[in-house]
Amino acid sequence: MKEYTYYQGCSLEGTAAAYDSSIRLVMKSLGVALTEPPDWSCCGSTPAHAVDRLLAGALAARNLAIVERMGSRTLLTPCPSCLSAFKKAQHAMASDKTFKEEVNGLLDSPYDCTVTAKSALQVLYEDIGTGEIARPVTTALPGLRVAPYYGCILNRPPKIAAFDDPENPVSMDRILAAVGVDVADFAFKLECCGAAFGVPKKEMVLKLTAKVLSMALDAGANCIAVACPLCQQNLDLRQSQVNKALGQSFAIPVLYFSQIMALTYGYTPQEAGLTKNIVGPGALIAARRPVEQQPVEQARSASE
Amino acid sequence: MDVIRPSAGTGEDFAGEIKRQTSQDVAFCYQCGNCTAGCPYSEFFDYPVNQVMHLIQMGLREAVLSSRAIWLCAACETCTTRCPCEIDVAHVMDSLRAAAFWEGRQTEKEIRTFYESFLSSLKSHGRIFEAGILMRYNLASGHPFTDADLGPQVMKKGLIRFLPRNIQGREEVEKIFRKFAERRAK
Repeated sequence: MKEYTYYQGCSLEGTAAAYDSSIRLVMKSLGVALTEPPDWSCCGSTPAHAVDRLLAGALAARNLAIVERMGSRTLLTPCPSCLSAFKKAQHAMASDKTFKEEVNGLLDSPYDCTVTAKSALQVLYEDIGTGEIARPVTTALPGLRVAPYYGCILNRPPKIAAFDDPENPVSMDRILAAVGVDVADFAFKLECCGAAFGVPKKEMVLKLTAKVLSMALDAGANCIAVACPLCQQNLDLRQSQVNKALGQSFAIPVLYFSQIMALTYGYTPQEAGLTKNIVGPGALIAARRPVEQQPVEQARSASE
Repeated sequence: MDVIRPSAGTGEDFAGEIKRQTSQDVAFCYQCGNCTAGCPYSEFFDYPVNQVMHLIQMGLREAVLSSRAIWLCAACETCTTRCPCEIDVAHVMDSLRAAAFWEGRQTEKEIRTFYESFLSSLKSHGRIFEAGILMRYNLASGHPFTDADLGPQVMKKGLIRFLPRNIQGREEVEKIFRKFAERRAK
């Protein structure tokens, strides 16, 4: 049985609770045990690095130090913003001794740079693999055609993220194909939705979000899969604001990729947290049915 | 390689200041425009990001630090990913915003207030209390009804908590902020 230290992050305790619960279900089905670091704190996210690199480093490193003290070398986090905070802190501290000392000067317990942060997507794709991912599949979702939306920082900048392709990532495409879902070619995989500016610069976020939604429709998708709480919030919760502000009539369900995986693993829409989605995917998943044979063939062709 | 440094010797070595803070040498930028071509925020910026790099080269510190662009950058990392000179452009933008922030500039008040609200929540509880951030932002920004339209849906779906939860190490997190402030005051 594989084991990971699992950093949930603040969003997944709140607006993105369905991301957390669906990741836990998926990992359980794949025989992966998750342990939470005790008394973790916020990673600092965008606002910390927006105002100071040292502060950002210390807020992230407090958590990395907890993981280090647990004797763990890998930290799994589903949220790209947490991931980026941890990877940047690790990279900056490991490559600059003075910076490391400065950061540790702000901490009660120092961090010695031994922890690698990985996204849930990276763990699923690289450590578990599409072959294993296909095994627990019991349910087909024939009504779904998914645009895989990675968001901007999950695999960028490439030197720090060190995962998948920075211009045309494929991990989510292949994971979804492995569980038997129809995946659309999506040109806006990485285009920013406006991130944290939903509150302070709404007009900007609504414009950027509208482009992503519209490009997903152009790609022939009827649903968007996401890996980021902020993307999900902007695309789903703010879809009504986009419609109102820009005279649109989007009604595209926006699901965490892990929610889709959970459905294919036979969990109910309620268990997969679909009741938390604002734009309901009801009609799309109504056609779900048991699969007689596991789509191993599909997984094999997806991993090639 | 010889690099032309237009502001060298003028007493306005802004590129040098940025290099000391970020170890990124903006002098290497030859204005290919890749960063701006990929930047999703260009239409909202006063100076597109390649011009920000040029202004730094020219030593025009005030023009850069009073620009809206440095606040409106949401750090998507496209510029850094595509720069052929391998300049970490997003890191440079971070450092410019940080400089403007600590100089107390109010160029984009809403964004500033949002960051402050977020960090204040983090400092108080050790984790983020989403509803609290929005309430603080709405009071401090003078936009008291921001996202009020989303309230009914958010409540119906049970997406937010109404009370903050403090972590045990809350004081340890507060200490990070305190020590950081002491360091800055030096």
